[in-house]
Amino acid sequence: MDILIPTLLTIITAATPLLYAAIGEMITEKAGVLNLGVEGMMLLGAVCGFATVHFTGSATLAILAGFLAGAGLSIIFAVLVLGFQSSQVATGLALTIFGIGLSALLGQNLVGIAYDGLPKLTIPLLYDIPVLGPLLFSHDILVYGSILLVATVAWFLNHTRPGLILRAVGNSHDAAHAIGYHVLRIRFFAILFGGGMAGLAGAYLSLAYSPLWIENMSAGRGWIALALVVFATWRPWRVLIGAYLFGGISILQLHAQALGIGVPSQVMSMLPYIATIAVLVMISRDRNKIRLNAPACIGKPFHPTS
Amino acid sequence: MSPDFSLNSVNSDLLVSFTIDHRRLITLQGEFLIQLDGMTKSFPGVLANDRVNLTIAPGEIHALLGENGAGKSTLVKMIYGILRPDQGQIKWKGNTVEITSPAFARNLGIAMVFQHFSLFDSLTVFENIVLGMDASTDTSKLRSEIEDISTRYGLPLDANRHVYTLSVGERQRIEIIRCLLQHPSLLVMDEPTSVLTPQEVEKLFETLNRLADEGLSILYISHKLDEIKALCHHATILRGGKVVDSVQVETETPSSLAAKMMGESLATSNLEQQGEPGEIRLQVSGLNVLAVDEFSIPLKNITFEVRSGEILGVAGVAGNGQDELLKALSGETLTADSSALQIDGKPCGGKGPNARRMLGMSTIPEERLGHGAVPGMSLVDNGLLTAFQRLEFLTGGFIVRGASELFAQEVVRRFNVKSHGIEAVASSLSGGNLQKFIVGREICQKPELLVVSQPTWGVDAGAAQTIHEALRQLASEGTAVVVISQDLDELMKISDRISAICAGELSQTYPAAGVTIEQIGLMMAGAHSVDEITEKVDAI
Repeated sequence: MDILIPTLLTIITAATPLLYAAIGEMITEKAGVLNLGVEGMMLLGAVCGFATVHFTGSATLAILAGFLAGAGLSIIFAVLVLGFQSSQVATGLALTIFGIGLSALLGQNLVGIAYDGLPKLTIPLLYDIPVLGPLLFSHDILVYGSILLVATVAWFLNHTRPGLILRAVGNSHDAAHAIGYHVLRIRFFAILFGGGMAGLAGAYLSLAYSPLWIENMSAGRGWIALALVVFATWRPWRVLIGAYLFGGISILQLHAQALGIGVPSQVMSMLPYIATIAVLVMISRDRNKIRLNAPACIGKPFHPTS
Repeated sequence: MSPDFSLNSVNSDLLVSFTIDHRRLITLQGEFLIQLDGMTKSFPGVLANDRVNLTIAPGEIHALLGENGAGKSTLVKMIYGILRPDQGQIKWKGNTVEITSPAFARNLGIAMVFQHFSLFDSLTVFENIVLGMDASTDTSKLRSEIEDISTRYGLPLDANRHVYTLSVGERQRIEIIRCLLQHPSLLVMDEPTSVLTPQEVEKLFETLNRLADEGLSILYISHKLDEIKALCHHATILRGGKVVDSVQVETETPSSLAAKMMGESLATSNLEQQGEPGEIRLQVSGLNVLAVDEFSIPLKNITFEVRSGEILGVAGVAGNGQDELLKALSGETLTADSSALQIDGKPCGGKGPNARRMLGMSTIPEERLGHGAVPGMSLVDNGLLTAFQRLEFLTGGFIVRGASELFAQEVVRRFNVKSHGIEAVASSLSGGNLQKFIVGREICQKPELLVVSQPTWGVDAGAAQTIHEALRQLASEGTAVVVISQDLDELMKISDRISAICAGELSQTYPAAGVTIEQIGLMMAGAHSVDEITEKVDAI
C-alpha cells in the first residue's frame, strides 16, 4: 500500500497533461481540422506558464498564461489553414517545430530555476476516507479541472446545439455551409480551444508534473495526445480512459526500470507507442464505429466560395 | 383481368381529377411573392445566368425547366443565398431584398430541397433535422412535429437512424420534412421526384397541391415534362443561361415544352422490341446474401436469367435491396455458393469485379461520386479505371496514355458530356453530365453483360433518351442488360422483361408488353406474381 498510492498518484499526474491536450485536439478534429502542432503549443504553454509564475509568483496567472500562449500560437495556425488554405499537415508540423524553437528561446534564462509546484487543494472530510481520500481528494486545481473538462465536453458535444453544429461542420462542411453555418468561424474557435488546452497541458508540465523548465520538456506527449484522440474514436470519456492508460504505462515502465526488470529501457519506453498502434489496428476493423465517430472532413480545406 | 384492377383505376382517376383542378390561371396583378429581375451570374469561362427574369405568385407551383447546365441550379442558389448575383435584384413581397445567406433566405420564408442532399452521414435523422432549424426551435416538440408531417405527407422515417444507413429515397424524405418544418412561403424543390416511386410521386404531388392550396408557392425544378404538365401552373424555360420562354403550362404539351427546352424538335423514340433473345448470359439461381449490418437488406433466393440481346428491368422502391443486388452482381459482395451466379455458364459467385469484367460484365452503380467515379480524378483516369483490362490500356504494366485519352474523348463526344475537357476532375461535372460519362464509359467498352442501376437519375430528357437508345442499341448488338431503376416509365420504355424487388426478394419476371404500371406497382409492394396480385385485389 505504501508503494501503491504514490504510484497511482503519479499515474494521475502523468495522465492529466495528456488529457488536456487530447481533449483540445479532439474538439479541433471534430470540427474537421487536424492540428499536428500540439507538441509546439504545449511547449509554449509550458515556458510561458513557468515564466509567469517565476516573475509574478501567481499560479493563477501562470495557468492563464499557459492557456493564452497555446491559444495564441494556434491563431497563427488558424490564419494559415483557414484564411490561406494552407495544408493542415504541413502547417501543423511547422507549428510544432516553431513551438520547440520559440519556447527554447524564451526559456533560455529559466533553465535550472525551481518552483514548489501548484498548491494541492485538499478537500476536507472526503480526504479522511482511507486509501481513496489521499488518492482522489488531494490534487491541484488542474487535475480536478481536467475531469470537469471531460464531463463538460462530453455534455457539450452530445447534448447541446453548438456541439451538434461542431460535429456537423466536421462531418460535411459543404452541407453545413449550404444550410448556412459559418464553417470557418466555427473551425477558428475549435482551433483556438484546442490550442488553449494544449497550452494548459504544457503549463501543467512545468507547474505541477515537474515544476521547472527544461528545453523540449514535453518529450513527445503532444504526439501521444494526437494518437489518443484516434485511440478514443473521438469520444471524450474514452479519451479519459486512454489518457490514464497511457499515463499508467509510462509510469509503470519507469517503475519496471527502477526494479531492474531485465527488459531494455528503450523497449519499455516504446510501450505506449506500441499500444497506440495495436489499438489503432483494432479499432479500424470496425468500419461502422469509425464512420459514426470520425469527422469525415478532417484535414480537408474548405473553400467557402463554391 | 381488367375488373380486378378497379381499385387502382379509381386511384388514378383521382390523380387526374386533382391535377386538372389545379391547372388554373393565376391572375394576380403585381402581387408577386418573389420577383427576379435581370439576374446575372458568371463563372470563369461560363455565363451561367444571363439577365434572368422570373416571378412567382402566392400559391403558384412554378416550374423551372432546362437541360443540364442550363443555369437552373445557379439561379436557385442565388434565390437561396448560397451564391451572390453579379447583377440583378430580387423583390420579396414587393420589397427589394439582398439575400446574403441561406439563413437570411430561411428567415424570409424560403426553404429548399437540394438535388445533392445537404445531409450529415454520421448524424441521426433527428440531428440532421435539428441542424436545419433555427436555434430557437423547441427540440422537445420537434419529434412529434416530425412524426406528424411524416405521417400526414406519407414520408415514413425513423428519426433515430443514422443517415449513412439510408437509401437515396429515404434521404430525400429528410430534406423534404426539414423544409416543411420551417413553414415556408416559398418551397424550392430541385428535381425532387428523381428517386421516388410512382406511388411516392403521387403522394408528393398530393402534398404539394395541398400546400399550394394553403398559399405556399413552389418553385419546381425538373426535366420530367409530364410531371410538370401534371403539377405546375406556370413554367419558365432556361437554355444556355437565358430565359427562352415563360408559359402557362395548361396551354403546352410535353413535346412543346421539350422543344423549347432543347431548342430543337425532340426526336421521337424509335425503341422497338428486338427479335428473339439469344443464349443465357447471366444465370442467377438461389442467390442469398446476408445483411452486412442491421440496416442493409438481405437478399433472399434471387433467381433470374438474362439472355443475350434482351433488357431485364428490375423495379422497386428505394431501399428494398437494389444496392445489395447490384453489389452481388458486380462482385463487390461475393457469394458463398459460387454457382449461384453464372456468367456464360461459368460459376462466378466467388469472383471479384475485375474477374467478372474480364468475362465481359460491366456494372454502373447508383452513386456516382465515390462509387461510380473517383471524385478527385480526371475523366481520363476515371475512364482508365474500369476500361483498362478490356480495352488493353496497359502495356507491360505501364499506362498507354494516348489510348485512354482517345477513349475518354470518344465517351465525351458520343454522350455529349459537358465539361472543361477530358482532364476535368469528375467532381467538377454536374450530376447529369457525370452520369452521362459513367454510363457512356461502360457502354463504349461494348460489354457482353451490363448491369446498371438508375441509369438516368438526375439526367435531362435529351440525355435520358441518348442513354436509353444506347442501352437499346447495345442489346440489339447482343449484350444482355439488367436495368435496376425506380423510374417505372423508363423501365416500361426500354425493358423486354420486367420484375420487381421488394424486401430483398425478386418477383417473377414478365414480358414488359404484358404488364401494366399498376401491376408492377403491386409487385414492388411485395406481390410475387400476377396471380398473387389478383388475389390481393380480390381480397380488397
